[in-house]
Amino acid sequence: MSEEIGKVKIGLEVHCQLTSLQTKLFCNTDSNYRGKLPNTTICPVCMGTPGSLPVMNRKAVHCAAMVALALNFKISKRMFFFRKNYFYPDMSKNFQITQYDRAGGVPFATDGSIILDSGKKIKIGRMHLEEDPAKLNYDGTIDSSTQTLVDYNRAGIALIEIVTDPDMTNPKEAREFLNKLSSILEHLGVSNPSLEGSVRCDANISLTGGRRVEVKNISSFKEVERALNFEITRQKSLTSKGITIVQETRHWDDIRRITISLRVKEEEQDYRYFPEADLPPIIIEKQFIDNVAKEMPELPIERAKRFQKENHLSQETSQLLVREKILADFFEDTLKSSKDAREVASWLTVDLQAYLNERGEDLKYLKTTPKHFAELSDMVHNSEVSRISAKTIFLDMLKTGRMPRQIAQSKDLKIITDSSFVENIVKKVFNDNPKAVEDATRDEKAINFLIGQIMRQSRGQVNPATAHRIVNEKLFGAKKSK
Amino acid sequence: MTRKILETPAWQVAEKIARQEVSSEEYTAATLERIGKIEPKIHAYITVLSETTLEKARAIDKQLKRGSKLGKIAGLPIAIKDNICVKGVRATCGSRMLDNFVAPYNATVIEKILSENGLIIGKTNLDEFAMGSSTEHSFYGPTKNPWDISKVPGGSSGGSAASVSAIEASLSLGSDTGGSIRSPAGFCSVVGLKPTYGSVSRYGLISYANSLDQIGPLARDVRSCALLMDCISGHDDKDSTSSKSYAQNLVENLSKPMSGLKIAVPKEFFDEGVHDAVSKTVWSAIHNLEKLGVEYVEISIPTLKYALAAYYIVAMSEASSNLARYDGLRYGYRAPDGSLDWISAFSKNRHNGFGSEVRRRIMLGTYALSAGYFDQYYLKAQKIRTLLKREFESAFKKYHVLIAPSMPILPFKLGEKINDPLSLYMSDIDTVPANLTGIPAISIPGGLHKGLPIGVQVMAPPFREDLLLKVGSMIESNVKIDLTLGEFTHV
Repeated sequence: MSEEIGKVKIGLEVHCQLTSLQTKLFCNTDSNYRGKLPNTTICPVCMGTPGSLPVMNRKAVHCAAMVALALNFKISKRMFFFRKNYFYPDMSKNFQITQYDRAGGVPFATDGSIILDSGKKIKIGRMHLEEDPAKLNYDGTIDSSTQTLVDYNRAGIALIEIVTDPDMTNPKEAREFLNKLSSILEHLGVSNPSLEGSVRCDANISLTGGRRVEVKNISSFKEVERALNFEITRQKSLTSKGITIVQETRHWDDIRRITISLRVKEEEQDYRYFPEADLPPIIIEKQFIDNVAKEMPELPIERAKRFQKENHLSQETSQLLVREKILADFFEDTLKSSKDAREVASWLTVDLQAYLNERGEDLKYLKTTPKHFAELSDMVHNSEVSRISAKTIFLDMLKTGRMPRQIAQSKDLKIITDSSFVENIVKKVFNDNPKAVEDATRDEKAINFLIGQIMRQSRGQVNPATAHRIVNEKLFGAKKSK
Repeated sequence: MTRKILETPAWQVAEKIARQEVSSEEYTAATLERIGKIEPKIHAYITVLSETTLEKARAIDKQLKRGSKLGKIAGLPIAIKDNICVKGVRATCGSRMLDNFVAPYNATVIEKILSENGLIIGKTNLDEFAMGSSTEHSFYGPTKNPWDISKVPGGSSGGSAASVSAIEASLSLGSDTGGSIRSPAGFCSVVGLKPTYGSVSRYGLISYANSLDQIGPLARDVRSCALLMDCISGHDDKDSTSSKSYAQNLVENLSKPMSGLKIAVPKEFFDEGVHDAVSKTVWSAIHNLEKLGVEYVEISIPTLKYALAAYYIVAMSEASSNLARYDGLRYGYRAPDGSLDWISAFSKNRHNGFGSEVRRRIMLGTYALSAGYFDQYYLKAQKIRTLLKREFESAFKKYHVLIAPSMPILPFKLGEKINDPLSLYMSDIDTVPANLTGIPAISIPGGLHKGLPIGVQVMAPPFREDLLLKVGSMIESNVKIDLTLGEFTHV
């Protein structure tokens, strides 16, 4: 019974702005509203000024079709728009022009999916094309603000809405789903998820036995995992106290990192959907879809396969590389001047990712270029530096932007291949550790200890292979050495 | 002299101005003087643009003197229904809600009129947001019928029809959602054309029911009506429902001969509820056409009996959504005691800003679209629309045009039906089918009964406005209306 309660179901509703469009969905107004003064990128149409009429942005249909194909959707052949009627200050017309899958309507596309790395398929029931409402700005938090300021610059921006089935069973899967979606959008070039508020997510969470809770206002993908974890803990703790979870909408407060109740739904809100007569139906011809398909860029899943095949990388590494387009691009740029793809991939997916995660930094803003990583990888590949030194160089170049060889030079980190120099250090180490030398002939551990000492004495500048060779020669004579 | 030029058909005045026989200034000044005299009786206008119109008239005269070739309606003062946006001028929709709303842009029809050098002389009265058939539901008070000022002018474009009828403008624009051009045209004895849905851009027309609304011209004669239609029609990128297949020159077409005309008279239009005088007048127009060699047949369009119900459901449903934007936040009426939360503020603004008829239609429309009722009301109404369209299509396969009354009744007394909305709704029974099916229809003066005008309605297949004007001019040629009978003529 207690196990039953713990079963989590998560569904996501994601809104992605088609940021590659230069104008809004139903008017010619500039859609690049970020950084503009409030209420300056507006016109009679997106303001719902009396008498104005919407006109479809044909490019938006093209972009939406690209997304639909990339997410394995079936695109509807004939569709029209609906009005979703509700009063809210962020709606210039007090209705939203969107699509609807009932009352004779069909979504833009149906039956899409994303496959997670585990092979699990997350079904995406439907996709809609719709307009973004205005942005509400609060004085502090939503529940304490005494005033609400409305900025209509965002009103009318083209959005696609995708709604998944409740197929995800933990926050990690939700995060992975969103990362994959985000990378696909970036690869398509239709939406730039790094722009603030361009991709927004609402999550539905239910625990077995409880009602569905919707969490709104999750502003980034990192926040999704946090919000879901909070919500699951909250619901579990209530359930364990015998309190029933009610169906409600909650708001994610990303400052306090908690969810707060917005409204408890007694029944589904009646949006009085009905067809938008100002816009004629959109007819999607097969020819159109064929053309879109032909122009489709390489998608993350294909790119990972190519990386794996061309560069003999593991599946896991390849998948890590395509998680963000910028990383995959960086990898390919680095390969232009480096021979060792696996070395490069390892620096990028292991060391660099750890570095960025620790600091919460973004690859985009680093001082290093693909050339830095190419040079570093080649230095390791050619045994010019030891791995330990390479790590020092790595941290230095990220901090200063200096080239790796320059750093090696100035920090004197170049590997020493001069055997007479190495022999002197070996001699010193042997003298200082007679017990270890004695054990070394029969104990592999003692050999490693000696090599470790040699590396330390040389501050990592000795090529470990060279050290190994000389130690073996000393212990067993030239013949026994490998 | 002044009186004579004012009574001259607009198309003739346009020619006289172009030939510089009459100056636009002189004509406009005479019109304004007439407005000054008769407006207190009629109240056709909400806004009169006296100064700017005269100024523009003088500019037109100057250009003509310099020998410039100007547009088809150069120098004619035109009245615009106050739900059509003219940049920098209030567009009130006859509502307290938009009492302070100044349009920030020109409707496409206004751009077109200006590009033909027409003058915008003022904005005319209407039922609030075009919801009504009598022009009594205006925040600014009713317009009166120039033929009998104790009677309503019809509606909702009552101001537009009365302004033309009472010679307060040479031409006017109205809008027709369920008969709002043809009803007042019939009641005021002017020609009023509701064009095919999609033949005139709706951009800048403040929506009442956007799948039915259509802007159209009103004039005192068929040819002048055709002239204004030629100026405002055509495709517009700003209106996605605007058609690319409308390309007509109606004025030119009027002079082309036409023979072998076949008309049909759907008997449903003459069912009970139609005033005897109305039936008689329409039939006499039909018989006169017969004398001109037109064949006629009586037919039946069975779905017509559901048209009125379907119309009101569709119109009110759309209205409930179209009028949702009026919340007082961005523009329009705001209740004085503010600082409420937005829900109470919206409610208060809307309650105080809208009149009772608008509120009634919003509530009925909201109800019809609600979950659980949507299928039995809205969807069913749309099905009736489809059926009706099919029945009209099959009729038009055999006959060029259909003939019916414009209004089933005679102009009634102001206030007579104001507390009886259903009986007022009933008066739209003959006009709504054209809106539901999107076809063009025209009201032509058919004669007077005890001094009260009766309109004859002609309907044609989509984009066959040419047929309407042709038949209209035939009806017109048979009807001699003595203008001296109208009350407005004594002023």
